[in-house]
Amino acid sequence: MIEARGLGLTFQTADGPVHALRDVTLTIGRGDFVSFIGPSGCGKTTFLRSVAALEHPTEGTLTVNGMSPDAARLARAYGYVFQAAGLYPWRTIAGNIRLPLEIMGFPRAEQDERVDRVLELVELTGFARKFPWQLSGGMQQRASIARALAFDADILLMDEPFGALDEIVRDRLNEELLNLWSQTGKTIGFVTHSIPEAVYLSTRIVVMSPRPGRITDVIESPLPRQRALDIRDTPEFLAISHRVREGLRAGHSYDV
Amino acid sequence: MKAVLPVLVVVAAIVVLWYGAAVWMNAAWVRDQAARAGESVSFAQMVPQTLNQERPVLPTPHQVVAELWKGLAGQAVTSKRSLVYHGWITLSATLLGFVIGTGAGILLAIGIVHNRAMDLSVMPWAIASQTIPILAIAPMIIVVLNSVGVTGIVPKAIISAYLSFFPVVVGMVKGLRSPDAMQLDLLSTYGASRLQTLVKLRVPASVPYLFASLKVGVAAALVGAIVGEMPTGAVAGLGARLLSGSYYGQTVQIWAALFAASILAAALVALIGGAERVTLRRMGIAR
Repeated sequence: MIEARGLGLTFQTADGPVHALRDVTLTIGRGDFVSFIGPSGCGKTTFLRSVAALEHPTEGTLTVNGMSPDAARLARAYGYVFQAAGLYPWRTIAGNIRLPLEIMGFPRAEQDERVDRVLELVELTGFARKFPWQLSGGMQQRASIARALAFDADILLMDEPFGALDEIVRDRLNEELLNLWSQTGKTIGFVTHSIPEAVYLSTRIVVMSPRPGRITDVIESPLPRQRALDIRDTPEFLAISHRVREGLRAGHSYDV
Repeated sequence: MKAVLPVLVVVAAIVVLWYGAAVWMNAAWVRDQAARAGESVSFAQMVPQTLNQERPVLPTPHQVVAELWKGLAGQAVTSKRSLVYHGWITLSATLLGFVIGTGAGILLAIGIVHNRAMDLSVMPWAIASQTIPILAIAPMIIVVLNSVGVTGIVPKAIISAYLSFFPVVVGMVKGLRSPDAMQLDLLSTYGASRLQTLVKLRVPASVPYLFASLKVGVAAALVGAIVGEMPTGAVAGLGARLLSGSYYGQTVQIWAALFAASILAAALVALIGGAERVTLRRMGIAR
């Protein structure tokens, strides 16, 4: 599905080259939920953006659905969710979700049908005609997830989608995201700063560290696919959290 | 409603200051007349004589209002003494120029945003064009266009457009560039074309900027039309009214024409403000 081999990305800056990614080798299979965790500058967002063809790696190979990232982007292989909802203030919620469908040229009747379906999926039925400012931050982010789901790409890339939300809203959205994932069977790449979030959501956790941005540990989660929020109090959950923390420490992520 | 009192206080203060200034400035003529007649005038005798002079240095508010009323309502609108007649001549050139200027401004802004060569080459010229005093270039435009047979409303409209395109270019470049990197990235993930990005994102995002520019632009267009009327031999229009007033020392006429022009400008800006409110509310941007 997504395959990276020896991936590297170096930005040339005035202070010399910055190694945003070095020697990243990783395979994400169909239906996986893979989280990327690490401190700022570890390259987790850069990796996700490379998959989306928003950045272009300088070394190694990267394929998405067997295609180059650019070809995959044009084939609309993925939906991308940013940290901010980024809804257009001049469009209603339905209008915002319709945006990618308009650009991709779906027929009008199908647009309506798809908008209704994803609104139901993110539990926003009834808010179709509201404008973004009439919704809370959490609801706006749900709408932006619906927008990414509307055109039914196999892959969902999420860059700290709940980073700006408070913990209570975040817990609820995490739960909903898991539901959504089990309903749709999508492949999800998820960038986060939060250890509990990464462990709770993922089938696999990729621990990264900075200077240069690289993978320090890949943890296969033994947790079942169906999980409730209180799984976070089980010994298995705490053991994985501990291993993530160890991985971050090994990458000197806690050094200031 | 709370704002009414402060507004009235400010207006009253301006009127009082104006009367004071009129008495002070027009007193010299009264004293001259008295000196010539070998009389002396007391302050109490002088004041009434400063308020209703035929050619005052500074006309009093009631003189201006009376002249304005006479010009607006006291004549047939086809009369050459009617401010409605002159106002319409100026307004038609203003509107034509405003439409040309706004259209040109929007097209230039779209070009500047999409083409780096245009960004580097057009903007300096646009800025340079505005540093030339309009009074200096207006006669040139009239003469040049006259020599190629273009007369009437068009040369005035072009001067209007010359002044009004600039705020539109500056505002629209800013507006079309207002979407942030994330919003552009989002459209890029959909594989959107540049045209789609323009239509779906840049243009809607620029609307609030456009209205701000239009308000400045329409006022500038009116100034352009008035200035454009001056070198045409003061035939018709508010500019002609201003010029003929100054030829014959008709200060009351000048002030009445000035007020007519400013009322017109205020009306145009208010009209755009109304269109702005309606549009932004319909778009859902205004709450």
